Amino acid sequence: MVEETPWQQALRYANRANPYPFYEELRKTPVARQPDGTYVVSTYQEIVALLHDPRVSSDVRKLPDPAPAPAEGSAEAEPITETVVSLEPNIITQDPPEHDRDRRMMMPHFVGPPHSPHLISDLEPEIRRIVDGLLDNMQGKTRIDAVDEFAYPLPVTVICKVLGVPLEDEPRFHSWIETALDSLDFGPEAASEEIQSRLAGGRQAVEEFGQFAAELLDRYAQQPGPGMLSAMVNEDGPETGMSKGVLVSNALLLIFAGHETTVNLIAHSVLTLLRHPDALEKLRRRPELIVPGVEELLRFESSVQFWHTRSAVEDIDIAGTTIPKGAPIFLAYGSANRDPKRFANPYELDLERRDNQHLGFSQGIHFCFGAPLARLEVQVAVGEFLRRVENPRLVEDPPPYRHNQIFRGPRHVLVDIDGIRD
Amino acid sequence: MTVPATVAELVRKFRANGRIVIVGASLAGLRAAEALREEGFTGSLTIIGDEPDEPYDRPPLSKQVLKGWVPADHTTLPRLREVNAQWRLGVTATGLDRAAKQVRLADGEQIPYDRLLIATGTRARQWPNPDEAALDGVYSLRSRDDAAQLQKALAAPPSRVVVIGAGFIGSEVTSVCRELDLPVTVVERGSAPLVGALGGVIGEIAAEIQRDHGVDLRCGLGVSSLEGDSGGHVRRAHLSDGTTVDADVVVASLGSIRNVEWLEGAGLASGFWGVGCDAGGRAFDINGVVTDSIYVAGDVARSPHVLYEYQFLAMEHWDNAVLGAEAAAHNMVNFEPHYRPHLLLPGFWSGQFGLNIKSVGVPPFGDEIVFTQGSVKERRFAAAYGRRGRIVAAVTFDHGKWLEYYGKLIEHSGPFPPPPPGWDQPPDMKPIPAEFPQPGVPTALPDVVLTGHDPSERAAEFRPRPR
Repeated sequence: MVEETPWQQALRYANRANPYPFYEELRKTPVARQPDGTYVVSTYQEIVALLHDPRVSSDVRKLPDPAPAPAEGSAEAEPITETVVSLEPNIITQDPPEHDRDRRMMMPHFVGPPHSPHLISDLEPEIRRIVDGLLDNMQGKTRIDAVDEFAYPLPVTVICKVLGVPLEDEPRFHSWIETALDSLDFGPEAASEEIQSRLAGGRQAVEEFGQFAAELLDRYAQQPGPGMLSAMVNEDGPETGMSKGVLVSNALLLIFAGHETTVNLIAHSVLTLLRHPDALEKLRRRPELIVPGVEELLRFESSVQFWHTRSAVEDIDIAGTTIPKGAPIFLAYGSANRDPKRFANPYELDLERRDNQHLGFSQGIHFCFGAPLARLEVQVAVGEFLRRVENPRLVEDPPPYRHNQIFRGPRHVLVDIDGIRD
Repeated sequence: MTVPATVAELVRKFRANGRIVIVGASLAGLRAAEALREEGFTGSLTIIGDEPDEPYDRPPLSKQVLKGWVPADHTTLPRLREVNAQWRLGVTATGLDRAAKQVRLADGEQIPYDRLLIATGTRARQWPNPDEAALDGVYSLRSRDDAAQLQKALAAPPSRVVVIGAGFIGSEVTSVCRELDLPVTVVERGSAPLVGALGGVIGEIAAEIQRDHGVDLRCGLGVSSLEGDSGGHVRRAHLSDGTTVDADVVVASLGSIRNVEWLEGAGLASGFWGVGCDAGGRAFDINGVVTDSIYVAGDVARSPHVLYEYQFLAMEHWDNAVLGAEAAAHNMVNFEPHYRPHLLLPGFWSGQFGLNIKSVGVPPFGDEIVFTQGSVKERRFAAAYGRRGRIVAAVTFDHGKWLEYYGKLIEHSGPFPPPPPGWDQPPDMKPIPAEFPQPGVPTALPDVVLTGHDPSERAAEFRPRPR
């Protein structure tokens, strides 16, 4: 039996609740070659350098084919990118110039002065209504699940509204997303029979999800409706011509990303604050700290723990290692955000941390498209939760976690409460 | 008492009771004041500014303010912290007496200091003919008032605008004119817009962009005179090729002049190029010896830069004002070995013609340029500047997110041409001459003479050059 690398250990399901000790080990080798040929980068400066390095590709089609030989002694594993490449590229798996063009086409319909500077901020009252409604529903309860009853419904409702996806279809794509995510594993357990058997299901789910998105886009092509997807289909700016496949792929990306990451971020924020009563009390006393506070929560428990679609298109010398041309590169944001060379006392939750340029939303040209929306949602949700929930206590610590490593988050966060304030 | 203990006691006492005067109440002055308080300085702080307004931000003046999006008086700089200073606004500093350690004000008052920060910045070079400059409709753009007046004139609207000089300010004004759908003629002495800052290769691209946006661009020409009507309003510009352009607004964007006149006779290394100082902001005296009580920051400072062969650089950039002020402030209330260098990688940005232009490093330090990413045709690209096989600067047009990469390469003395990107490569990646004009030779520099015979008496002296 070959000893597992720190990275492999960090990816084991058993360590999902606390991968940080393994990250610490991992950072001793900032750029660590894994048995499968992947290069895992775990330190802040190196990740930032690669995020800005034009010799690093995000296009999964440029990954070597077939996948690197599995480590000795392990069973033949499916290439990790299989479920991703069955779709056309979206902005997250594209390089410039296609990436730049498509992102530029999508951006005006979402955020960004000068086109729609108020779109996100105008959503605030709606977000507040949703959050208040969710908290109202908890009235009379003594135990709640902060994931199912709070963290999950908010982002889903908001993203459906922003994109123009019928909310009644939500249970369908929720299950597709869950199935797809559960079939993706980047750790030593990927070769297990269980995960291998889930792969087909995952592929099927993506297929059906894609079909759903394609039909929705078709409907909007015939009859424009509210939301961003319709606007993208009926784009009549100077730059048009996203192919149908690329449109579908980007629509999936937006539905998916608007879903998964914010859920985990809210869940983790509640969990983290309940674990740090001093910070919780401080935030309750000084609600204005919610803005820097959410940034710290993003650093502390990054919603996206790492990203897996990058590769070197040239030999890249970094931190004493050469990442060879063609090698897949994993960027471990969750580790970088606790790199003591970048953040003083990284294991301390400091809601007033200065110079907190975390990688919770990445950096460079693939910087999170949805960051402004995610920030607003979490700020409102966490702020209201603290204001209205009386005496919240964590029931189970650590709580059960989802299977997926990238979108790491608790499956449930049970909280005992005394009541809900008005 | 040991020497370190004595020094620590001195520092403590100075921080508690020292008197600091900052001359210049703009970005650098304000940020220095804030940094001083941040550093624990609780002594008396006086900030002198010749404009009546509180410190304001300048970048919006040539963009949002001119377009009419933002009123000129809505550009006040946000305060990062309480500075608890005596503000002397609307009064000009007219002299510096280093022996008495006093700053002389226009109203006759003398302000004593223990340490002084010079942050007087620059001003716009005015149209050289005073009678013509006094015509209604002739503007320059540096202050908030300038911007407010020019905005009003552009909103009138004028029948045509003539912009003299196509540097960054001139080009931004021109861009706003086109956005407001005003006919505009640009007269530029150089071969193209932006050549001084970015060289002829990029200048050609800037020229095309301007022409595509309907600018009547005349390069290689000067304006020989401005002609007004009987009411004293400008009506016509006469160009050096004998042609004329009718216009009722003329914007002279002729670059900047450093505000150093008030330092005349103070015995500092100050002049046309700014006030010389070390990388920690400590001013040099006329002999090139560092002073202990006078500091410089912002546009008016020029200091040796380690990345550029220790050449003295004056950087009229926003972050230079902020970071230079912070470093100087830190050093004002500390002692060796706790001094901090101001080792900024220079950088600037500009918005014009719908484009975001950004740069890092010092482009004119390079002699070659290579396009590294994107497409010049689509006007979204990155280009690197090199000198002797080393990358020294980079510029991006709508490609700003890559600047960080080039910045790192420059900081690490990366190779030129830099390693090629893995995708989005421009068709031609061969370095070519960057085509910077020969630096102009200023005519008004004083002569420098050495006086005294005994080595211990030798000293430098500036003598005005006879015209």
